[in-house]
Amino acid sequence: MSAYSVTEPSKASKWLAGLLVALYTLITLLPLVWIISTSFKTGPDSISYPPKVIFEPSLEGYVNLFTTRTRIAAEDFAALPPPETWYDRIVRDQGMVIAGQSRFGERFMNSVIIGFGSTFLSIFLGTLAAYAFSRFKVPLKDDLLFFILSTRMMPPIAVAIPIYLMYRELGLSDTHLGMILLYTAVNISLAVWLLKGFIDEIPREYEEAALIDGYTRFQAFRKVVLPQAATGIASTAIFCLIFAWNEYAFAVLLTSGNAQTAPPFIPTIIGVGGQDWPAVAAGATLFLLPVMIFTILLRKHLLRGITFGAVRK
Amino acid sequence: MAEVTLSDLSKSFGATQALRGVSMTIPDGAFVVLLGPTGAGKTTTLRLIAGLEKPDTGDVRIAGASVVNDTPAQRDVAMVFQQYSLYPHLSVRDNLAFPLRSPMIRMPEDQIARRVREVAEVLRIPHKLDNRATALSGGEMQRVSIGRALVRNPRIYLMDEPLSSLDAKLRADLRVELKRIHQDLGATFLYVTHDQIEAMTMATHVGVLDQGRVVQFGTPREIYENPVSTYVASRLGQPHINLLPADAFPGAPHGAATIGLRPEHIITGEGKAAIIQRIEHLGDQTRLHLTLGPHALVTLTDPHSTLTPGETLHIRPLSPLWFDRDGNRI
Repeated sequence: MSAYSVTEPSKASKWLAGLLVALYTLITLLPLVWIISTSFKTGPDSISYPPKVIFEPSLEGYVNLFTTRTRIAAEDFAALPPPETWYDRIVRDQGMVIAGQSRFGERFMNSVIIGFGSTFLSIFLGTLAAYAFSRFKVPLKDDLLFFILSTRMMPPIAVAIPIYLMYRELGLSDTHLGMILLYTAVNISLAVWLLKGFIDEIPREYEEAALIDGYTRFQAFRKVVLPQAATGIASTAIFCLIFAWNEYAFAVLLTSGNAQTAPPFIPTIIGVGGQDWPAVAAGATLFLLPVMIFTILLRKHLLRGITFGAVRK
Repeated sequence: MAEVTLSDLSKSFGATQALRGVSMTIPDGAFVVLLGPTGAGKTTTLRLIAGLEKPDTGDVRIAGASVVNDTPAQRDVAMVFQQYSLYPHLSVRDNLAFPLRSPMIRMPEDQIARRVREVAEVLRIPHKLDNRATALSGGEMQRVSIGRALVRNPRIYLMDEPLSSLDAKLRADLRVELKRIHQDLGATFLYVTHDQIEAMTMATHVGVLDQGRVVQFGTPREIYENPVSTYVASRLGQPHINLLPADAFPGAPHGAATIGLRPEHIITGEGKAAIIQRIEHLGDQTRLHLTLGPHALVTLTDPHSTLTPGETLHIRPLSPLWFDRDGNRI
């Protein structure tokens, strides 16, 4: 680690830097604020012009997201008993009654299963492969690594048609397993390359010490390498999860009834009972949460992970 | 505890030949010190015995049985690395307990606790047991890694310059401690160092390596008094041996090219005239830097010497070491 002196920046330049960062943050966060505030608006508020910044919050979007609703004849509507629950009332206020449950919960669970499943699998396989590439003499190592990376050199959707045909033949279309395998295949190159970088940085002496201390190679890997690679594993996991979670094109193409994830489902909400922007915004807001929570939980690791390896000792 | 035999070990890394046919027997209970400059093959020798590298040719036997196909764990050796060896995610206590929890030993936890405490006392780190390994000073870290070897009772202790990162006081203390452990346990040690005081005080045997070869193996006295070459002679002795052309003094035997003079080989008060250039008072000894014609040499004198720079001092050699043109002893 080399020492270098840095002169303290002037007050004016600090202010300017702060201002730029604040401006950038504002621009980045504005769409999020828009989505989250829309999710708490009523239908009319959501499309009012000029847009309402201050409004009376409503759970209409969330109720509509989880339900299907129907209009009934005016005399039948008037004859209904008073609404029993708060969500009955919200639907009744829109002049409709609840017809049943929407499929959002199910789609959301599909996203969770497929997103976390493929992240786990990518990290599991990626860590083992990265360790082997980092520590052992693998024949054609450089060519193999290049080959693994080459799967990233085109947009994955370029192979959509072959994959569609292959999945249809194999019976993997519209299955959780099929989507987990697909996202893992896309993520594994990223996982191997990132994790190899992290494992390369862990001095071999630790494992050698463990080998001499009476452990097998695999035990040394588990007890000495894994805990030290935790930072790299966490940040790689976040990248993998974000890709699998947000993936849209393959999900549209390969899933429909059974294993459909949230991204292709959310836009379909718009068709139910007119332009229901609050429901779409509510779906998008809930969809943001898992990745946000996951990232916040691993935040400490992520920050260290980003600077790790960038700083040469 | 066991005898370790190396026969004709060779090892190369790419184009670099690290060891060229090293043969050596480390007797049971011996404290063998390997001396040599960086790149002489000292660390490679340790790694081959530990099983971290496979030899290209040759054999390593521990207690008579070849171990070249055994894993490091099966060899039952302990090693102290020069650096980097503490598990950074574990506490000092867990670092010390790590070898005892291995599948090879699986000591019950209450015995582990006792053993860890004993070793921590010896190394004077009992108050650090609950620290994280990364929250220690360099000297403490090195003591923990020595401790991690000492908790076990392996067939041989391999130590790669374990004291080199410590301050002088601690170094002296641990030197005594290691020597005591060697004597009490009757343990076998193979110890790599640059430090000649460590070599002279701890070793029962010294092996001098040069470019992957063992050039001399013997007791510290033998190595000091009867070096086979100028190279070996320069490894030991403080101040360094003076190497001058053989014709600097009369009486050179046939074929001699170099005369080697340790301080005790220089008699003052008679012989050739030398001029005192500089006097270093080191407390327990006083060094004289002399010039003899075009040659510079260093010798010792009485600590309370009243000599001053610029004075002339007469010197003559007393049973010096003679070397031929290739640096080999005559």
